[in-house]
Amino acid sequence: MYRYDEFDHQFVRERTAQFRDQADRRLKGELTEDEFRPLRLMNGLYLQLHAYMLRVAIPYGTLSGRQMRQLALIAERWDRGYGHFTTRQNIQYNWIKLEDTADILAALADVEMHAIQTSGNCIRNVTTDHWAGAAADEIADPRPVAELLRQWSSLHPEFSYLPRKFKIAVTGAPNDRAAVKVHDIGLRMHRNDRNEAGWEVIVGGGQGRTPLVGVTVRDFLPEPELIGYLEAIMRVYNLYGRRDNKYKARIKILVHELGAEKFKAEVEAEYARKPEASTEVEERELTRIANYFAPPSLEKLPRWSAGFEDARISNPDFARWARNNLAAHNTDGYSIVNISLKPTGGIPGDASADQMRLMADLAEKYSHDELRVSHAQNIVLPHVKKDDVFAIWQALDAAGLSAANHGLAGDIIACPGLDYCALATARAIPVAQSISRKFADLDRQQEIGPIKINISGCINACGHHHVGHIGILGLDKKGEEYYQITLGGSSSEKASIGSILGPGFAGHEVADAIEKILDTYLKLREPQEEFLAAYRRLGAKPFKEALYGDTAA
Amino acid sequence: MSGLEKGQVMTANRLRDGIAVFLTRAGTWSEKIDEATLALEPQAAAALELRAKQDELATVVTGGYLIDAERRDGRIRASHIRERMRTLGPTVRLDLGKQADGTAGGFAAEGA
Amino acid sequence: MATLRLDGEGAPVGASIAAEEITLIQWREGVRPVAAGFALAIPNTEDIAQLSEAVTEAATIILAFPAFMDGRAYSQARVLRERFGFRGEIRARGALVPDQALFMARAGFTALEIGDADPAPFLDALGAYSVFYQYAADAALPAHHLRARRRQAA
Repeated sequence: MYRYDEFDHQFVRERTAQFRDQADRRLKGELTEDEFRPLRLMNGLYLQLHAYMLRVAIPYGTLSGRQMRQLALIAERWDRGYGHFTTRQNIQYNWIKLEDTADILAALADVEMHAIQTSGNCIRNVTTDHWAGAAADEIADPRPVAELLRQWSSLHPEFSYLPRKFKIAVTGAPNDRAAVKVHDIGLRMHRNDRNEAGWEVIVGGGQGRTPLVGVTVRDFLPEPELIGYLEAIMRVYNLYGRRDNKYKARIKILVHELGAEKFKAEVEAEYARKPEASTEVEERELTRIANYFAPPSLEKLPRWSAGFEDARISNPDFARWARNNLAAHNTDGYSIVNISLKPTGGIPGDASADQMRLMADLAEKYSHDELRVSHAQNIVLPHVKKDDVFAIWQALDAAGLSAANHGLAGDIIACPGLDYCALATARAIPVAQSISRKFADLDRQQEIGPIKINISGCINACGHHHVGHIGILGLDKKGEEYYQITLGGSSSEKASIGSILGPGFAGHEVADAIEKILDTYLKLREPQEEFLAAYRRLGAKPFKEALYGDTAA
Repeated sequence: MSGLEKGQVMTANRLRDGIAVFLTRAGTWSEKIDEATLALEPQAAAALELRAKQDELATVVTGGYLIDAERRDGRIRASHIRERMRTLGPTVRLDLGKQADGTAGGFAAEGA
Repeated sequence: MATLRLDGEGAPVGASIAAEEITLIQWREGVRPVAAGFALAIPNTEDIAQLSEAVTEAATIILAFPAFMDGRAYSQARVLRERFGFRGEIRARGALVPDQALFMARAGFTALEIGDADPAPFLDALGAYSVFYQYAADAALPAHHLRARRRQAA
């Protein structure tokens, strides 16, 4: 994991001091709310329905045990004993006081964390594959580049007042788990025939009101050119992105309105004019960062663990959990453990301080002191010996963290929605809970197989509904909540935006509608065919018929 | 319709802790919507807005706005679900927010 | 109207240059003040890359912040400094918030029209950070440069 050096420490201390001063000035009335709002937002502090909400950055979703424990401490000391892990690999606290916020930032700085640029029209927390550095299918760990970008984008003087927020995602694996095609900039690692790393640069993807899959502007950008090229993209966006309408201000609209070719030409022209020396990524700096992400010293183990296999045979609950919640590690004898924060009927992504501390303990004891937050709002222990998996499961089970639904119908992504969020038009969590309860039977989930059900409480799409295999969008119709269902979305390397199936449903009708959709799938699927593949083969028609009858087809 | 009054309530968030509050007849801000002044005609609503503006300048509250609400038997209920959420707390955590510490309006609690 | 100057000794607050100021429209119409040191005001919607000729004749370029959230002039200032090598004053005009002063200075601004505002918060903001993570139009060296220098010394 990356560790701060004295520069990084100094930087977050200065940031905390600056915010303390800004908050004091606001409390004394020297700053108006209009003046203070952008300042607090750039420190992740929102004013929500019930209180202030603080969004803490978890850079590229990587945490140490000590950091997780500090998050637990913050939850207890300054919030109400829990936190919410988000679809952007961050954590949010829902009951924060303005007068406490600087102290919280100081507590974060103590463990090399911050809340910088978790909101505002700036470059946000860089996200990546939650299995980075551990996944069996990976070309290389993308986190050194993610950290490079984190530093470069921190308080960037030119790009802190962009037309709109800006999200960058990176992946080092061919199977895209970072949704890079639906980000403002997505970076995908490739290797050329000389075994050099380079990056495919994808621009203009995004969700929100106008969901679009990004377009590739460079197939293979050599790594040293990364910052210079990104600066060219950002400058074109800063100068020409629309500022007249906040719903048309994201870079995807600029790419769309100019056309991909014209946009690319603008970027290339800008890049050609940049003085190269100042932006070239220095190899030694990247090496310095990369050294922190060196693989942990893993033991040479057989692929087969007798203890693990025995436990699997003797304990069916463990067997099921192991089947769904483990992923292939790049090293024999090791597994990636996915801890589902989606107990039946629970609040997706919420964890209590006690649960956070338990996960911190497990990471320290069993996973080389590393945890990850996934964009699906789950927690990952990336480097676990198969021999230890059963002990981990027992500890998780005792803490209500052993939901065996990873990647299944119960593993629902949901934004906070109208239960917390000032922007929401409808609740998202209760809908997730009702679906989760409807499919509580794990045999049934198993039969349905891999599926992503994503719920957003407004068109901003924090719940990634556009790229859910089944997406649910909560809207407000004359003061009543209703929900639109989309099918066929995906955030993978074969990304697609879901299509609206038909008229919306009241909240209490949604779970039944999802059941009809999944029953239709079970009836029509071919052997081994997953939901998304079946939908792509069948189209919307049979699902429409199931929901609305023949007339709607 | 006996005893049902429709009007507007002034709401804001308290500056120092962000808690949702409602402007009372006494000109103070209460966490309980039942204690709010219900403005029954536009002039009264305008007076509430003026008062809220002053308290924003005095850094007591921030982001004040009027919401539609109704009063029955001395209890006030916000018309829109978003505002009922603010008077109660999250519907998925009944142990948190005003509904948990008894500061929510009873009438409001009849349904989010 | 007070102007806060960020370069030179300290940062004195002076009267705005009374000397001639022309708009880009006037410049395009052929207006060329005889006095040296005229100021040219450029809207933030102009493609600064096309104005290399205009800016070489001006002593001061005035860039606009019609709203403090509108950050186009940061890019314009960097183009002036880093691409055109413009050495004169770049002055910010419009909705200036003290906490943005450091971004402005780093992007190449050397003067801020702060009107009747208290200059102290602007000056405080300039000193809020000693660590930077990127090269910009100022002389600040980013952390990775300082790290490299330290490695060399070691």
